[in-house]
Amino acid sequence: MAVQVASTQNTPILRVDPKKFTLWLFIVSIVMIFASMTSAYVVKRSDGNWLNFDLPEAFLYTTFIIVLSSATMQWAYLSAKKDAISNLNIGLVITLILSIAFLIGQFYSWSQLVGRDVYFVGNAAGSFIYVLTGLHGFHLISGIIFLIIVLISALNYKVHSKKMLLIEMCSTYWHFLGGLWVYLYLFLSLYN
Amino acid sequence: MSTTQIQVEAEVHHDDHHDHHQSFIRKYIFSEDHKTIAKQFLITGIFWALIGGAMSVLFRLQLGFPDMDLSILKPILGKWLTANGKIDSEFYLALVTMHGTIMVFFVLTAGLSGTFSNFLIPLQVGARDMASGFMNMLSYWFFFVSGVIMFVSIFIETGPASGGWTIYPPLSALPEAMSGSGLGMTLWLVSMVFFIVSTLLGGINYITTVINLRTEGMSFARLPLTIWAFLVTAILGLLSFPVLFSAALLLVFDRSFGTSFYLSDIYIAGEALPNIGGSPILFQHLFWFLGHPEVYIVLLPALGITSEIISTNSRKPIFGYKAMIGSILGIAFLSFIVWAHHMFITGMNPFLGSIFMFLTLIIAVPSAVKVFNYITTLWRGNIVFTPAMLFSIGLVSFFISGGLTGLFLGNSAIDINVHDTYFVVAHFHIVMGSASFFGMLAGVYHWFPKMFGRMLDEKLGYIHFWISFIGIYMVFFPLHYIGLAGFPRRYYSFTNFDAFGGFTDLNMMVSIAAIITFSAQFIFLFNFFYSMWRGRKAPANPWRSNTLEWTTPINPGHGNWPGEIPTVHRWPYDYSKPGAKEDFIPQNIPLSETPESNLPEEH
Ligand code: HEM
Ligand SMILES: [Cu+2]
Repeated sequence: MAVQVASTQNTPILRVDPKKFTLWLFIVSIVMIFASMTSAYVVKRSDGNWLNFDLPEAFLYTTFIIVLSSATMQWAYLSAKKDAISNLNIGLVITLILSIAFLIGQFYSWSQLVGRDVYFVGNAAGSFIYVLTGLHGFHLISGIIFLIIVLISALNYKVHSKKMLLIEMCSTYWHFLGGLWVYLYLFLSLYN
Repeated sequence: MSTTQIQVEAEVHHDDHHDHHQSFIRKYIFSEDHKTIAKQFLITGIFWALIGGAMSVLFRLQLGFPDMDLSILKPILGKWLTANGKIDSEFYLALVTMHGTIMVFFVLTAGLSGTFSNFLIPLQVGARDMASGFMNMLSYWFFFVSGVIMFVSIFIETGPASGGWTIYPPLSALPEAMSGSGLGMTLWLVSMVFFIVSTLLGGINYITTVINLRTEGMSFARLPLTIWAFLVTAILGLLSFPVLFSAALLLVFDRSFGTSFYLSDIYIAGEALPNIGGSPILFQHLFWFLGHPEVYIVLLPALGITSEIISTNSRKPIFGYKAMIGSILGIAFLSFIVWAHHMFITGMNPFLGSIFMFLTLIIAVPSAVKVFNYITTLWRGNIVFTPAMLFSIGLVSFFISGGLTGLFLGNSAIDINVHDTYFVVAHFHIVMGSASFFGMLAGVYHWFPKMFGRMLDEKLGYIHFWISFIGIYMVFFPLHYIGLAGFPRRYYSFTNFDAFGGFTDLNMMVSIAAIITFSAQFIFLFNFFYSMWRGRKAPANPWRSNTLEWTTPINPGHGNWPGEIPTVHRWPYDYSKPGAKEDFIPQNIPLSETPESNLPEEH
């Protein structure tokens, strides 16, 4: 058996790490969930019987926060690449704090909605906002778990310029989640 | 690059290391070996096929022999039988719903893709295992849990989901609507969420493996058509199952939280429900955006298996290899833009209807290309009629006769008349149900030697084939007439309508044929389990086939090839190449060893 392992494997034909590739495919499936939800939103809206109301102002702030967290994530990633380990840790911690601030902001936006008499149960226009933010928040929590895993590895000196896979995947996912929210925010503002 | 390699090697090493002292549980239950997982999917699929089939026999008894006294089944059915021994009408609906759900999702999606994508992808592309053995294992166990939940739902007090496999709201959304829309429907939805996760985990793995772990020389232009079909099937699943998730999620909110996505203006016993402004049509859009690709998720693997088997057993290269790939891709693309042909009578704008009609009818083109290529591959071949070959030819027959009725249904003007009648039932049972089922059986007959190291009995295979083939036509062909006469699907009884009195005998005949066809499957079942232990020992390459799986040991271990993974030097269809010594040249034979048969451009 040892002999077999020593003999070189056949060269893979595509030079993408299978794990990274898997992540991309996961992202595709999440994209499809939100694509279908927002299409459903458009279909339902064109159907009439639609409640018009202003979006919570909190969305503006949370959008800003999540974009900022993407920037700090990128900074952490670049620091890891340069083996600036303390910057890496700071970057990850700030990202983590921002992400939690984002979630709190989203939760607050729900109470703003309630303040406008827009409830989860009621006109579909309102329900959709709760569903979209909720689903996004749910995915963001998975991103936070991933972030914490990376942070723990980083604190144990397991993330550095020669071991970038984990943080690369995490930042890809993070940017995706941020982009997803920006899309949802623009979508909701346009089709309100 | 180098990191990848080190990782892959490390993983292989890790696995081999394990092989010697693996516990029973790791080896047969929580296994990460793709071959074991494939067998788990197969056996589970067979289990579900038996349940689904038995259910169909029950409701066929009701349709064929409405006055029959079924009291002998009392021990099994209990209170689902009325006092005079007839099937309860609500239970009838539950049976139809469960039959559809089980067959479409558990048997022909998980049972088919789960078995053959898992088994064949690493073996045919030349990989030691799937990209992630762990995810692959999870995929099976999510499917298993999903099955357990569905199974439990059959036995609860209020009965399983009963609103049809398409679970249209408001029927499925309101527990008050029918008893099956209570807990049964909740369990259906929970089970389906597990199922979706299972499909996504499996599919992501299949795609990653095909794209990243092919052996040297295995370019896309040399992939066997089975792999092309599995790859595209997995992509379809990846894009469409999340949409089913969305549809189901909103339904859950409507059911359990009181939202109004799908519900509006509903009165129950004179009382208005609070739900306002929802649209049940929205559910249909979401459902069929999955539902139509789903029918191809079910069919494409069967078509891929057929391509492989027909070429091998005609001893001829597949006719139009590139056209076959093109038509798979074409079908896959089109399958996302035709969903509304299931909704012609929902009051959609007729202009929109005509667009969907046009797109739907275009699918006939790639479908016809495939049929044409199967027939031209068979044409003047040295056909070897193995049972697998017979089932593959049977598939082609079903694909033609069921596809033709698709053309009628695709015309909205005709569909408005026959929608929701037995004509539709006939259409999809032939083109989807029977064709995919035959593809699955063909695959089992063909790859059984690789799975279990033994041969299935051929004579039993022939008997199984002929009874099934004739039986299926006897069951489903007459349903076209019943449908054209206007009989709606999912009705408990014919007898109250004068117009259908003339069909009593026909219905009886259909039911008898269904029972015979179902019984014939036990021949297969016997053959399967008997041969697993007692069958003739398989030679290394029983069908004299070109693909890589036949270069592994007869009983391949963990890692598939004991030595190096073979390198690929040619496409998989070098059968009866002019000048060659044998009538087949496996993919791993270099051109330098076959100077006598190389084409001018191959020197
Ligand atoms: C030329 C190709 C085809 C065309 C034009 C076509 C067209 C249609 C149309 C218009 C319907 C809706 C009928 C109605 O509900 O009134 C339908 C139903 C259906 N078709 Fe096809 N079809 C084709 C091939 C296939 C294939 C290849 C499959 C599966 C592998 C398939 C599976 C189904 C199923 C499962 C349904 C019924 C779903 C249900 O209502 O429960 N069809 N087809
Ligand atoms: Cu369709």
